[in-house]
Amino acid sequence: MSRGGPDAVTEWLRRIRAERVSRRPTSERDRVVRDGIGLGAAVGLYGVAFGATATAAGLSVWQASVLSLLMFTGASQFALVGVLAAGGGPFAAVGSALLLGTRNTIYGVRLAELLSYRGWRRVAAAHWVIDETTALTVRENGTQLARLAFLSSGCTLFLFWNLTTVAGAVGAQSFGPVLQAALDSVVPAAFLALLWPRLVRGADLLREQRIVTVGGAGIALGLTPVLAPGLQIIVAALAVLLAIRVAPPEGASGDPHASAQGPK
Amino acid sequence: MSASTVWLVVVGAAVGSYLLKLAGLSVPPQVLHRPLVRRAVELIPAALLAALVAVNVATTEGALVVDFRLAALAAAAIALALRASFIVVLVVAGGVGALGYVVAG
Repeated sequence: MSRGGPDAVTEWLRRIRAERVSRRPTSERDRVVRDGIGLGAAVGLYGVAFGATATAAGLSVWQASVLSLLMFTGASQFALVGVLAAGGGPFAAVGSALLLGTRNTIYGVRLAELLSYRGWRRVAAAHWVIDETTALTVRENGTQLARLAFLSSGCTLFLFWNLTTVAGAVGAQSFGPVLQAALDSVVPAAFLALLWPRLVRGADLLREQRIVTVGGAGIALGLTPVLAPGLQIIVAALAVLLAIRVAPPEGASGDPHASAQGPK
Repeated sequence: MSASTVWLVVVGAAVGSYLLKLAGLSVPPQVLHRPLVRRAVELIPAALLAALVAVNVATTEGALVVDFRLAALAAAAIALALRASFIVVLVVAGGVGALGYVVAG
């Protein structure tokens, strides 16, 4: 790791100047890699919360780690351990994880043309198709920069997410009641933070997202005393029907609504 | 749930999640461009995440409960409204939750 030193500073200044003088392809590449690594490292830290939650839900350190290695999509992982923590059965746990995983399918469709991977490269790349890599990749024009953004963010995230999962899972084993209460409070906050961007001004299908949010929470709470644990979360997905029925067809309502609020 | 069942859940859900990702990169785009399908997929996460928030904050073993977790969630919402980063939101929620637990017992 180069950390400081006059040579590093000179090099840094040279690069900045080069960036200002002409946006050359190399500095574009630097920027893309920097963004990818920065986001990857920051987001990877949530892995601590996941590891701790997973062991608190009764998973072993190994099971938490295998989830982060093989599933590698945060919301689904949190959902799975959340349902298990609530005493849910296998069907409910897998079902909620997969329902949340469907949004990665949409991301894949968006990325397929941009990345234009074929054969084994596509099979390998699929594992890293998640919220964060998609957000960084779709900003870039052209396959070369898009691939660079995808790979740099995907690689960093994968590394940090897995390391921090282990750290959180091991650390949580020594939790007393107060730290357990803190963790119990962190889990719903984590879900809320994942939900939040869908509810704020400028979000796609804002009105529908809000209807579905209220509906989903209401259905889940209403059915909690009646259904086996975890099932109420799956059934809450039916709240989507509320918004689809209420909103006009053709997917036209979301966009003009959002653009009307656009100019500040 | 036995340890081997948990392993089945872990591996099964992981494989399923991967296949969902691979499907996106592999299917012809037209399949998911039908407005109704698209819209449903855009909205499903909101329903599930809201349900997960509600169940994790206000239920214990099948009963509705109001306790320190609700205060922590309110604090998290305020932090989010102030555009705090994800990590800050989690720390705020954990701190308020722990405090609430100690104070309220």
